[in-house]
Amino acid sequence: MLSYIGKRLLQLIPVLLGMTFIVFMIIRAIPGNPAQVILGQQATEEAVAALTAKLGLDKPWYTQYFDYLKGILTGNFGESMRTRAPVAEEVWPYLAATFELALFAMIIAVVIGINAGIISAWFQNSWFDYMAMVLALVGVSMPIFWLGLMGQWAFALELSWLPTTGREPVRDPVTAITHLYVIDTIIAGRFDQLVQVLRHLVLPGLALATIPMAIIARMTRSSMLEVMRSDYVRTARAKGQKMFFVVYKHALKNAIIPVLTIIGLQMGMLLGGAILTETIFAWPGIGRYIYDAIGFRDYPVIQSGILIVAFFFVMINLIVDLLYSFIDPRIKYD
Amino acid sequence: MRKGKVWSLAIMLLLVFSTVLAACSGGDNESGEKDKGKNTSEQSSSGSGETLVFGRGGDSTSLDPSRTTEGETFKVTINLFETLLTFEDEGTAVEPGLAKSWEPSEDGLTYTFELQEGVKFHDGTDFNAEAVVKNFERWASGDAEKFPYYNSMFGGFEGDEGHVIESVTAEGEHTVVIKLTRPQAPFLKNLAMDMFAIASPTAIEEQGDDDFERNPVGTGPFKFVEWKPNDSITIERFDDYWQEDFPKLEKVIFRSIPDNAARLNALMAGEIDLADGINPSDGASIEGNPDLQLFERPSMNVGYLGLTVTREPFDNKLVRQAMNHAIDKQSIIDAFFEGRADIAVNPMPPSVSGYNDEIEGYEYNPEKAKELLEEAGYGDGFEMELWAMPVPRPYMPDGEKVAEVIQKNLADIGITAKIVSHEWATYLELASKGDADAFMLGWTGDNGDPDNFLYVLLDEDNIGSNNYTYFKNDETHELFIEAQTEVDEEKRIELYKKAQEILHEEAPWVPLAHSIPLLAGSKDITGFLPHPTGSDLLSNVDIER
Repeated sequence: MLSYIGKRLLQLIPVLLGMTFIVFMIIRAIPGNPAQVILGQQATEEAVAALTAKLGLDKPWYTQYFDYLKGILTGNFGESMRTRAPVAEEVWPYLAATFELALFAMIIAVVIGINAGIISAWFQNSWFDYMAMVLALVGVSMPIFWLGLMGQWAFALELSWLPTTGREPVRDPVTAITHLYVIDTIIAGRFDQLVQVLRHLVLPGLALATIPMAIIARMTRSSMLEVMRSDYVRTARAKGQKMFFVVYKHALKNAIIPVLTIIGLQMGMLLGGAILTETIFAWPGIGRYIYDAIGFRDYPVIQSGILIVAFFFVMINLIVDLLYSFIDPRIKYD
Repeated sequence: MRKGKVWSLAIMLLLVFSTVLAACSGGDNESGEKDKGKNTSEQSSSGSGETLVFGRGGDSTSLDPSRTTEGETFKVTINLFETLLTFEDEGTAVEPGLAKSWEPSEDGLTYTFELQEGVKFHDGTDFNAEAVVKNFERWASGDAEKFPYYNSMFGGFEGDEGHVIESVTAEGEHTVVIKLTRPQAPFLKNLAMDMFAIASPTAIEEQGDDDFERNPVGTGPFKFVEWKPNDSITIERFDDYWQEDFPKLEKVIFRSIPDNAARLNALMAGEIDLADGINPSDGASIEGNPDLQLFERPSMNVGYLGLTVTREPFDNKLVRQAMNHAIDKQSIIDAFFEGRADIAVNPMPPSVSGYNDEIEGYEYNPEKAKELLEEAGYGDGFEMELWAMPVPRPYMPDGEKVAEVIQKNLADIGITAKIVSHEWATYLELASKGDADAFMLGWTGDNGDPDNFLYVLLDEDNIGSNNYTYFKNDETHELFIEAQTEVDEEKRIELYKKAQEILHEEAPWVPLAHSIPLLAGSKDITGFLPHPTGSDLLSNVDIER
């Protein structure tokens, strides 16, 4: 097991290295001088030239690339060109904000998705099955920005149940410690704020959960259908065991492996791809951080931001792979 | 067996938990929040003690105004810092600020400023002549990358040939003398700009430039509290502020909500009190909402269609004039600005001094346009690229749709325009290289001076930077340079009026509109006067709930 983890971690190196190179080359291939963009329309030519030199953008690309790699090896992810703050310091609050949201969304997606999938499979071709699968199809194809704005309109404006935007009560802000506000409010013992923070999570969480929820429901359904036709399920049922028990104890355990794979992949997608949700709900997350950086050609932020997200993506998939053997002890790693 | 139970139990619990949360009604909690705000207010000595939440489209990049050119920064810093001189409430005439009076010498080379007494920085440092000198020394010893605006407004840095400021000296505790190397007409206006705010010299020395950006210390009505990147910036009342009874508010929180529709939703839900960047199309519905009020920011911008004069056929003046006659500006304004804009005639808005109101704009007249094309030898029309802005800007709410109207207008006179769009940074870069035939762009003024529009946008000195049309004209160049050192305001205005006549005739642009940017706020807000520069001082603002 340990050697397997070690091997997987070693495999990370070429993957991440290749990615730094691709990202590095692509952002430099698109036109737009960072110095010009950062200084804005109002800047003079001298100012642009001075900043270009200061940022080292007048050096040949390979020098820039190796400087960048050297920096990463020493834990220096560069400085944001726009805010002049070190990326390594700056990135955590954004990452934490997205992580909290993605995790919340994933919990919603998993709980509802898996259960909907199971019930659909169990009552195959029932009205519930048809309805759930139609909803799943709608969920996959619904644009997030539309869903988000409709959610704001319905639950915040019309019903006044939930806040429209942001991640904390504005007039009574959370004191950031870990930047995971759910945890921060618990540490501070502010349970009134905890409720507020959770309420802020609901709308963006649901918007973000829609697609993975739909995918998980469909995956669970088909996987369960397959398992339930197998002999051991029939045996269990023949023995007169309760339906609930058969499904959740016997069938689900075997059906969950492919679903888990999907969950891992989707979690990675949520980390990097939450830009639309973060924009609509003014969520200060990593997606918008990188997106803004692209608009400003903030090379160090784009490079390191994508690298960090990719790292988490790979780690999550590693964890998922390790979970397989926990759920199904027949799966072994050598 | 046990493992399975844990699984299903966990799933059930989560399901219950999330359902409860989603259904959790927030009515009680909302009022709880508001009560909390009131409790803290009781502790302060004066003012209503309310907290204003200001929603805007983007975050600041820095809180040191001298080091940035970006408007979102100044919206915050104008409340933290003060300048020697300030602009009047809703215009750009210069008024006393940290300097209570000033006296120019007759030759326009020496200015003597008498400073306010009893002013303190937020860190307790005394504001005095020495502090002013130190700030100027800091800027003058910098470089273009560090202090970009100092460079462009004062012609360079210490030792540079074009540097306008010869010396800044303290004559006593509260008198500052600034000597210039040559007269500079917009000098006082420049001093009133947000970026020349006086910072605490102790704070800069202790923190260094880079930390100061995130822990700003000025003399303004509010002091800095906290910055959560991309989320919020909190500032609170400075109790030792020198202007008695100001500010009225206890706290201001600037929140970044990038999506315009979401920001309006947040306003309507009462989560924010004031929202910047309202779509013209939402103006009417806000006016019809009894809980809200609409604010119109005095226009100090211009949206235009630039014609790159180095490219065929736009090197021909007649073609450029034909373009001006061909475009129906009024219908563009009606359709996409909801009428909240004025037709642009000159390259600068009427709110800027020196505006030539004797010039009559090119009327919408396709027949005339066709004749001009015929005369220019393009009777059969031609093909061109029309560059449409990919992002909304205050001066252009929807570039691509406006481009479609222009495309149709041009088709009417036989010109086939292909709409081209690039991502914003690419767009600016390529347009500044002269790669576009015709491109949409605009400008928001910095200090209300004509130099800041005409010279910056249409002089040969700025080709390759802000003169995207590559327009070059000896006559206007001479007028602009002369006007830069002319201290007599009337003579100066004459020079700019003359220049506008030439620009009208040469027609390097099709000026389109001077838009009126909109803000919306809760009806309880009083004393808010949006400023044409886009930086709103909130010391007089209050909320009366």
